[in-house]
Amino acid sequence: MVRQMNESRVTPLLEMRGIHKRFPGVHALNEVNLSLYAGEVLALLGENGAGKSTLIKMLGGAHQPDEGEIWIEGEGVVIDSATAAREVGVAVIYQEFNLIPELSVSENLFLGREKTYCGLIDLSGERREALKWLDCIGLDIDPDSKCGDLTVAQQQVVEIVKALAVDARILVMDEPSAVLTAQEVERLFQVVRDLKDRGIGVIYISHRLDEIDSIADRLLVLRDGQYIGGGAVSEIGRDTLIEMMVGRSLEKEFPPRDVTVGEEVLRVEGLNRGTAVKEVSFSVKAGEIVGFSGLVGAGRTETMRLIAGADLGESGEIWVNGELVSVQSPRDAIAAGVCLLSEDRKEEGLVLSHSSVDNFGLPNLEFYSRKGWLNDRLEQNEFDVYRDELAIKVAGPDQLAGELSGGNQQKVVLAKWLARRAHVMLFDEPTRGIDVGAKYEIYQLMNRLAGEGKAIIMVSSELPEILGMSDRIIVMKGGCLVGEVENGPETTQEDILALAMEEPATV
Amino acid sequence: MVLVLFALFVLFSLLTLNRESATGAAAASRLSKEMLAAMSSKTEVFVVGAVRKPSGDFAGFVAADLGKNEKVTVTQVIGTPRDLRQAWDTAEAEGNTPSLLVVSGDVLKWTILSALQEESPDLEIIYPTERMVSDFLKRGNLLAIVDRIVVIAVIAIGMTLVILTGGIDLSVGSLVALSAVMATLAIKVMGGLEAGGGAIWAGFLIATLACGAIGAIAGFLVARFEVAPFITTLAVMLIARGAAFMMTGGFSIYQVPDSITWLGRGATFGIPNTVLVLIVFYVAGHVFMRHTRWGRYIYAVGGNEEAARLSGVPVKRILIFVYLVCGLCAGFGGCIQASQLATGAPNLGVMFELSVIAAVVVGGTSLSGGSGRVMGTLIGAFIISVIQNGMNLLGFDSYLQQVVLGAVILFAVLLDKARQNGT
Repeated sequence: MVRQMNESRVTPLLEMRGIHKRFPGVHALNEVNLSLYAGEVLALLGENGAGKSTLIKMLGGAHQPDEGEIWIEGEGVVIDSATAAREVGVAVIYQEFNLIPELSVSENLFLGREKTYCGLIDLSGERREALKWLDCIGLDIDPDSKCGDLTVAQQQVVEIVKALAVDARILVMDEPSAVLTAQEVERLFQVVRDLKDRGIGVIYISHRLDEIDSIADRLLVLRDGQYIGGGAVSEIGRDTLIEMMVGRSLEKEFPPRDVTVGEEVLRVEGLNRGTAVKEVSFSVKAGEIVGFSGLVGAGRTETMRLIAGADLGESGEIWVNGELVSVQSPRDAIAAGVCLLSEDRKEEGLVLSHSSVDNFGLPNLEFYSRKGWLNDRLEQNEFDVYRDELAIKVAGPDQLAGELSGGNQQKVVLAKWLARRAHVMLFDEPTRGIDVGAKYEIYQLMNRLAGEGKAIIMVSSELPEILGMSDRIIVMKGGCLVGEVENGPETTQEDILALAMEEPATV
Repeated sequence: MVLVLFALFVLFSLLTLNRESATGAAAASRLSKEMLAAMSSKTEVFVVGAVRKPSGDFAGFVAADLGKNEKVTVTQVIGTPRDLRQAWDTAEAEGNTPSLLVVSGDVLKWTILSALQEESPDLEIIYPTERMVSDFLKRGNLLAIVDRIVVIAVIAIGMTLVILTGGIDLSVGSLVALSAVMATLAIKVMGGLEAGGGAIWAGFLIATLACGAIGAIAGFLVARFEVAPFITTLAVMLIARGAAFMMTGGFSIYQVPDSITWLGRGATFGIPNTVLVLIVFYVAGHVFMRHTRWGRYIYAVGGNEEAARLSGVPVKRILIFVYLVCGLCAGFGGCIQASQLATGAPNLGVMFELSVIAAVVVGGTSLSGGSGRVMGTLIGAFIISVIQNGMNLLGFDSYLQQVVLGAVILFAVLLDKARQNGT
């Protein structure tokens, strides 16, 4: 099938012209134009709050433009509901999948458009069709398996299949690779290329700039609700791109740092927890940033949770500053000066329905209370200090944590642990779902903390991040520690990946 | 929700407005009080009324009220204008010309009055004025509102804490019965009708602590074994009531001294004890939730239990604590109930848990946990009591009352939700 790549002579598959959207107090989209051609991948870039979500929600039927028009294959359309979106051939795959975990793959595929026979659902008919689609896309799973039992990567492909099954012509993917390992991302790209071959247009949102290089044909940058620029991916350099997104040039993606390494702060030996963590031992010195790399399921998060007391291990010893500590609960770990910034900050790091100040104070209330009596003013003042230091943007003291942007939420989590004066800080995917500008700030903060003599561990699935920030890199696979590498200018992503996929040495 | 309560107050005050009779005993006593207050020295008073008329009765009331006071010399004149003229002349002859004349009703129309006033310019003629009075706002009624709700309101404090953690406690009604039974049994054993104050307080203490212990056990099951609160407290509800019946063989325990009613019906320094109990408990509850660490922890556990745990909050201890407190509140509520009724019976407190939960929810606490205020619960409790009281005053059929109560609770919660979403 011939791919239609030539933009100027062919009618765009999708066109959004002159889009405006206003919410109380903010002009979310200001004269935005977007065009998407059949068979291409268009990357939609921009910092959090730039307007990307609002734009794709319009395609999904969740919002309507205040001004402007949407044209699909040369015809004006109005998308005022999810059903309407489906009818015009638009499918949106959000970051939080719309799959029901308790229902099977085929049940999810036909959700809302069940095949019926005399009023009853035709389960075997659905199953047959589901199999057909799964084969088509190359995903080898049983259509009767519950979606909740699938891996995240598999769930994502199911979402794509859902779109195909309703003859979607336009597919929008919001941060699809955020929860995938490098291998799974490659497979995803293969699927996307297959979609291109079928003439489907894909809008791809991601903060991972090197992915854009691999998968996208063209890109479009939004900033503060406005169209900033766009064009063929091959023609726009990384620095120009960052500058368009952020509005200022960042010297590098990763801030420079003077490394002074001191005494050993954290040592763990023989950590064991079922098949998730097997005989893991390592140490971290003051002022060091150790990057933990590995595929999803390698046991990195599980190891960190053991050290932070979130889970109970079967055996193993933990030393902090030379003293053996017993960690039976998060309280013990916190008391020992170890803190964990969870991978899932919304579920585990914050109480979204409470204010930032309340979240900030939660592990630190003993500092702000005497004999059980709380001193609100003291707590607020402390929070203000960190708010200014970390540049946390809060609309007011009562703003709920759930309303903050990803970057600011992460900063609130960071602030609450900084106030604890922890010695060891375990960052699990610290920049997931955070835009370029805020990422840089987080990196700077990590560097500063290392400079103050703290021991930092950073678990990350983004190899550039691992290479850009770590002094030492530890690689895990299948619950075991399979490699430890000093991070020098010679170390490459391939080295790390090779280790991550190697078979672990038999014990 | 404060607005809703205020609106209900206004509504019922207006709906129960009554013309207070101008010749009734109430008006008479009011008038007498006013007169007595205004008098400075010995006064001669004629109280005038017509025979077999309301004015005559009125005169009788006033005369009786005034006659109790030494400042006044009262002469009742019940009859015709000629009787009044005779009595007046007699008094004048004796030198006891009255300075005050109390009249009412048709007597006001007697022409002799103006004549008398001409003869004696210092003469004051007093008569009662009609007044609109709201039955709802009468002191007795307002106190009835409090008395009716005090047990529910006290328990609701504990329930608020439990619901704030995302849980629920269905056992409180049964604990009221169990507590009342235990308290009265203890008092019976410690002296029965002759028991002293110490025995009563001991009985109350035992009952309250026992219910607290039961609550703690429920909390332990929820925290340690992660049994759903609904199931755990449902089981306790059945067991507790069964135990109460077993302890009493199904009978009531009435062998308690009258002094037991001091808590539920007595007063201190003129303020009813039920009012004092509410004030003390609610202020304590509010201060605890707002200003202490554990108060904050309770909100955190309800907001996101896992995030709270990872932040070092002692989640299991908090859970046990809130169920313990709820048990204590239910236990003490049972003591108040026993005190109000001077009886302990195993069939007390039936369906109380529903009213308690309603008070908490109407007061603005979310059933999913993490948000709500103790003071909100107080308002919720009062809303329920005010509605029930108002309907009684207006003479609603008791079945209709139940329908209305349910509808109003629903309406109040919807109104609150709309207001929240609107801001």
